[in-house]
Amino acid sequence: MITKEQADKLHALAWTIRFRVIEMIGIGKTGHIGGSFSAAEIVSVLYGHQMQHDPQVPDCPTRDRFVMSKGHAALAQYAALAEFGYFPLDELGHLKELGAMLQGHPDLRRTPGVEANTGSLGQGLSIAQGMALGIRLDKRKNRVYCLVGDGEIAEGQIWEAAMSASHYKLDNLTVFVDYNRIQATDHVIKRLNTNPMNSKWEAFGWHVIEVDGHDCSQICQALEEAENQKGKPTAILAHTVKGKGVGFAEDTAAFHNGMMDQEQYQLALDLLAEKKGAFQCKI
Amino acid sequence: MQNLSQRVAYGDMLVEMGKENESIVVLEADLGKSTMSIFFQEQFPDRFFEMGIAEANMISTAAGLSLTGKIPFASSFAVFATGRPYDQIRTSVCIPNLNVKICGSSAGLSDFGDGSTHQSVDDITLMRVLPNMHVFSPVDAIETRKILRAMLEIEGPCYIRVNRNDLPILTEDDQEPYRPGEVRLINKPGDITLIATGVMVSKGLEAAEKLAAEGISLGVYNLSTIKPINKKSLLEALAGSKALITAEEHSVIGGMGSAILETLSGDLNIPVSMIGINDQFGTSGQNYDELLNYYGLTASAIAEAARKLAAK
Repeated sequence: MITKEQADKLHALAWTIRFRVIEMIGIGKTGHIGGSFSAAEIVSVLYGHQMQHDPQVPDCPTRDRFVMSKGHAALAQYAALAEFGYFPLDELGHLKELGAMLQGHPDLRRTPGVEANTGSLGQGLSIAQGMALGIRLDKRKNRVYCLVGDGEIAEGQIWEAAMSASHYKLDNLTVFVDYNRIQATDHVIKRLNTNPMNSKWEAFGWHVIEVDGHDCSQICQALEEAENQKGKPTAILAHTVKGKGVGFAEDTAAFHNGMMDQEQYQLALDLLAEKKGAFQCKI
Repeated sequence: MQNLSQRVAYGDMLVEMGKENESIVVLEADLGKSTMSIFFQEQFPDRFFEMGIAEANMISTAAGLSLTGKIPFASSFAVFATGRPYDQIRTSVCIPNLNVKICGSSAGLSDFGDGSTHQSVDDITLMRVLPNMHVFSPVDAIETRKILRAMLEIEGPCYIRVNRNDLPILTEDDQEPYRPGEVRLINKPGDITLIATGVMVSKGLEAAEKLAAEGISLGVYNLSTIKPINKKSLLEALAGSKALITAEEHSVIGGMGSAILETLSGDLNIPVSMIGINDQFGTSGQNYDELLNYYGLTASAIAEAARKLAAK
C-alpha cells in the first residue's frame, strides 16, 4: 500500500500529464485527448512509482520497460517523460512538427525513454513479450509493462500474444487494459464488442485484477499483486473514463482525436492547472 | 555439380553461429522441421521460441527480443514470414530499424506440391519496399551459409529467401566472406549479360552452354543481394554488354529485375528482357522442374530471350 502522501503526488502527476497534453495539442489542431486522459493515472503510477528507470541513462539494461501499445496515447507518455527529464519540457511544444523528437506515434529512435514503435494497433503486447523473454534469458529481475486499449484488443495479434505469454509463463509481464469503453468512432460495444473482458483474459491463462483506473492507490496495489504472481502474466483491467477530467472531452468519441477551440483550450488549461496544483516532479 | 540444400545450410548455420554468439535466439511458427530451425532447437532449447501458428506475434516478439540485445532469427515459409506479418515487419521492426533477421523458407515455387497459398512469388517485392530492410536471395547452400554470417554482421533488419530443394553448388566453399552488393560473374563475360538470382543462375549457365554452340556469348552473373543493390557493381557487370536479361523465380513486378531497372534508370541504353513470373500466382505441380517449366523459368526461355536480343 502506498501512503496518502504518495497517492496525492501520483494524482498530481496525472493531472500534470493532462495539463501538458492540452498544452501540446493547442488550439485548432487535432490530438488524442480521450485516450491520453483515460491512461493518465496508469502512466503516472508506472513512471512515478512502479518502474525502475533512470532518465539520465534511458537505455540502462536494468530498467523496467513500458510499451505504449495504444500508440495514439503517446502524448501521456511524452508528458511523463518530459516531467522526469528524459528531454526538455520545451520539446512538448514541438509535437508533430517536421523533424520533431515527438512524433504522432511513439518512435524509439527519436524519443529518449520510448521503448517501442507502435501506432499500428495490436503489436505492443507482442513486443513487450519479446522484451520479457529477453530479460528472463538474461536472468534479470526487471519487469515489462504494456498498455492496450479496450478497442485495440479487437486486433487478433493481441490474443496471439495473450496465448504465448501464458504459454511461456511470463510472470515478469503485466498488461493494463485501458477499459474506457469508447474507441475512435463510437462505443466499443457498438463497433466490435471486446467483452467479456475479465473471463477472456482469464481463459487465456492470465491472472486478472480489476481496478478503478483513476485511483493511483488501487493501481499500485494491483501492481504489487502482479509482482507476486508466479508462473503467469497479469492483466490489470483499469476501468477508466475516456477524456477523464475535462467535461467537454469526457466519455465521448468526439475527443478521441479531437480539436479544441480557444474557449475549450482555456477552460481545460485553467481547470487542469488548478487540479495539478504546484506539482514538482520529484517523486 | 553437387546439389545441396539451402534450408539445411540455414539450420546448420544457426547452430554454428549460435555456438559462437549467445545473443542469437530463434523463433519459429511451427515449421521448424521444414525450415530446419529445429537443429537450433535441439542444441539450444532455451534460446528457441516456438511461437505456434502465429506469425504476426512471432515477428513483433522478435522485435522485443532485439530490444533486449538479442539477435533473433525468425523463420517460416516465405509466404508466411513476409506477407502475413507484413505490417509487423513494417511497424515493429523496420521503422525502428531493429536487428531482426527473417528467413523465408520454401521460397518461390520450391514447395511445388502445396500450390499457390504456399508459393511466394511476391516476397522480394514486399521486403525490398521496406526502408532499412536488407534482402538476400542465395544461389546455393554455400552462399546461404556465407550470407547468414554477413547478416549477423549487419546491425539492422535482414530478409533471406531460401529454396526448399537441393540446388547446384555454384560458389566456392572457401574462407572468402560474402560481399554484400556484389554482382558476381559465374562464367565469363559475354555480349549479352544475364543477371539472375537463386535457381535461375544455374538455368542461365545451361542457357550459356547452348548459346555458345550458336555463337552467342552469355555472361552469367549471380545477384544475391537484392537490397541494398550496388549500382557500381551492376554497371561494371554491364560494361560492354549489348543487352541485359534478368531472371528470377519471382514475380517480375517489383522483384530483382525491377530493382535493377529502378537502379539503372537513366544509365541504361541497351535492350532488356525480363524473365520471371508474369502476374500470376503459383499452382500445384508433381515436381519442382515441372513448375519451373510451366512458368517459363528455364534455360530455354533464357536462351530464346538471348537469341532475340542478339538479333536486334
